[in-house]
Amino acid sequence: MNDAPRIRSWMLWLPLAAFAGFVVLVMVGLLRPADREVASAMIGKPLPPFDLRPAIPERPGLSRKDFAGGKPRLLNIFASWCIPCAVESSQLDALAKQGVEIDGIAIRDRREDVAAFLARNGNPFARIGADDVSAVQMAIGSSGVPETFVIDGRGVIRYQHIGEIRAGQVPLILRKLKEAEQ
Amino acid sequence: MIAEFGLAALWLAAALAALQFLAGSLGFTVRGGALGSVVRPAAMVQGVLALTAFAALIVLFCRTDLSVKLVAMNSHSAKPFIYKLAGTWGNHEGSMLLWVTVMGLAGAFVAAVERRLPEPTMLATLAGQAFVSLGFYAFLLFSSNPFERLDPVPAEGQGLNPLLQDIGLAFHPPTLYLGYVGLSIAFSFAIGALITREVGPAFARAMRPWVLGAWIFLTIGITAGSYWAYYELGWGGWWFWDPVENASLMPWLAATALLHSASVLAARNALRVWTVMLGVVAFSMSMVGTFLVRSGILTSVHAFAVDPERGTFILALLAINIGGALTLFALRAASVTEGERFAVVSREGALVFNNVMLSAILGIVLFGTLYPLLAEALGAKVSVGPPYFNPMSALFAVPMLLVMAVGPLLRWRRDSFARIRASLAIPAALTMLAAIGLAIRVQIGVLPFLGLALAIGLAVASLLPLKGCDFRRTPLPVWGMVIAHLGIAVALFGMASESAFTVEKLVAARVGETTPVGPWNVKLVGIEPVAGPNWTALEGEMHASYRGGAPATIHPQARFFWAPPQQTSESALLTRWNGQLYVVLGEETGDGRWQLRLWWKPFAPLIWLGGLLIGLGGVLALLGRVASDLRRIVARGKIAYRRQRQGR
Repeated sequence: MNDAPRIRSWMLWLPLAAFAGFVVLVMVGLLRPADREVASAMIGKPLPPFDLRPAIPERPGLSRKDFAGGKPRLLNIFASWCIPCAVESSQLDALAKQGVEIDGIAIRDRREDVAAFLARNGNPFARIGADDVSAVQMAIGSSGVPETFVIDGRGVIRYQHIGEIRAGQVPLILRKLKEAEQ
Repeated sequence: MIAEFGLAALWLAAALAALQFLAGSLGFTVRGGALGSVVRPAAMVQGVLALTAFAALIVLFCRTDLSVKLVAMNSHSAKPFIYKLAGTWGNHEGSMLLWVTVMGLAGAFVAAVERRLPEPTMLATLAGQAFVSLGFYAFLLFSSNPFERLDPVPAEGQGLNPLLQDIGLAFHPPTLYLGYVGLSIAFSFAIGALITREVGPAFARAMRPWVLGAWIFLTIGITAGSYWAYYELGWGGWWFWDPVENASLMPWLAATALLHSASVLAARNALRVWTVMLGVVAFSMSMVGTFLVRSGILTSVHAFAVDPERGTFILALLAINIGGALTLFALRAASVTEGERFAVVSREGALVFNNVMLSAILGIVLFGTLYPLLAEALGAKVSVGPPYFNPMSALFAVPMLLVMAVGPLLRWRRDSFARIRASLAIPAALTMLAAIGLAIRVQIGVLPFLGLALAIGLAVASLLPLKGCDFRRTPLPVWGMVIAHLGIAVALFGMASESAFTVEKLVAARVGETTPVGPWNVKLVGIEPVAGPNWTALEGEMHASYRGGAPATIHPQARFFWAPPQQTSESALLTRWNGQLYVVLGEETGDGRWQLRLWWKPFAPLIWLGGLLIGLGGVLALLGRVASDLRRIVARGKIAYRRQRQGR
């Protein structure tokens, strides 16, 4: 019979100590106000050339040269079939009321659906391009709807917001627009 | 109506869990003794109510009731029926509801059938189970209500992530959940045993079928998940050390260790403290895994909606459940007597060694999974991958596999190597031969080399316990052990061969061109558009011929789903007995050529065949245990009946 080393009582607390370490580590990770979002590889790069037909008759289409006006603009990627897009519409309206110029790109959508969506949720857009095969969406590094880009006056992508803009995030968008002025 | 009905059932189930917890806890005291009789019925009704709530959610998904927010966010009327059904658990809220449902049903089942343990231990166990459930009920009801309504009702739903629209994946999460949550029973048994200081063979025997059952589901779930990632993601790999994969591997490692140490406790009344700790750790790993996935704290391809509030809630649950259990362990384990002693060279000794090795691998996987967090806390963004995990786990896996070959041949209590030397000569010689052959014939890495050589010896060694046995009288658990160990050898061979001999080709091919890959010649015959119920795709037609033989036609696809818009690749696989051809269709390059990725993976399917064998071994062992339990119950019933008649 071997003499297995006796378990000492302090050893029994080791699992708990290890677990406490885990909790502390995770708390630090959870509470840290870090930017968890994967930054688009396109940030800091100019928009690629594109020219989209109008998504609805009431607004003009959208092309690369519309972003060379010298003033920062928001570019919102949306679709009528997207529920978070409807959720963020009031935030976009609020931004538009504060004088922010917003352009939209409707992804894989039909004319009448877009019109119905805008009639229901308001239309904050100056121009709306129709991207029927997600070509422009892919080219600017967007992987889903909704997403919102801050484009500076020279057509360079400065910020990418993934997911809907929530009410608390309006100041963040305004700040990013301000930063894009410099 | 159905949504409100489901929500009501969920609240009632939570209330019964509260009752079960209170009655179970008070049932100890002299005055509360009568309350103890409430506990078992409460557990059973709670299980039924949780199932009712889950069934209500299934109905809502099958009908695509878009007035329910969860359905609108995760389903779409144009989706095939099977994925509407699978959508029920293919999201955060639904999967948490599935979690409490499985916990409730498992608790109900224990309450209904388990009669071997002393009643106070059962009360403590069921109270513990109810306490853990209660936390998850609170999480569902206060922070993840699956039955929330949406106003106004949207015209159409958002759709299910196309990657999840696959028949294999439809049943992957429920399988894993049965495994994760089945371990909660082991956890509760450990709590009950610690509270009443009844850590002994009876505890191990009561716990073992649950660990086995959970372990079978985990094994099959991990195997299926790995195969799914292999053919659906189109990367040609089968294991990525992704945090979520690790989240399922860690409970499996702990459960494997627990299974073996519970056998020692049941058979020999040794390893008491260690077994009870593993009982706590196994389910803790399930909860930690769930937390890592659900909080989005680690970046992963699997992450559901990232939400810090939910993360904090689950972390609080973790801290209470695991922290509480480990505190109880620290306080009580010292008073658990050590149990029987044994020699180093003995069946127990081998099992202890493998337990320690499994725990070490568990520690390595846990550390590697958390390392990015640790590094981020120190200010760097990193991720660790195969260069860390593979050699570090092999460091402990290789000695473990060696002992696994020997252990089943050793006797309990004490033995000597001299006795089994002759039986081990054949596998040892085969391993040596394989090693020499490989060293001369091919240039491969150290790990695949070790894997191939070991796998061959291990496969033979795993069959040795059957030597000289009458096959018809060999108990099922022995068959189970042999088949599971053989499965390890088979999977190991597949892994090593895949890593050593895979041939990869990335080409841009025109229609009509032929690409050689390994022993195959693959000709691109044409590209056609095709459409499914909720996707369109470009489908390649290719003729693949093995060593100039008759060509077989394969059809890899690049699919585009429109709700939500996302591209997936459906790889084409061609399986032979000695390997698999794997073809992925990529983008058009512009000048009429198509990107193709082709792999020839010798013996790769053995990886999953091995996984299935391991699971099958578990099933046989479980059948054997349950059958002998039933026989015992029947025999006891007969004795009691006879006594009764004699008494008259």
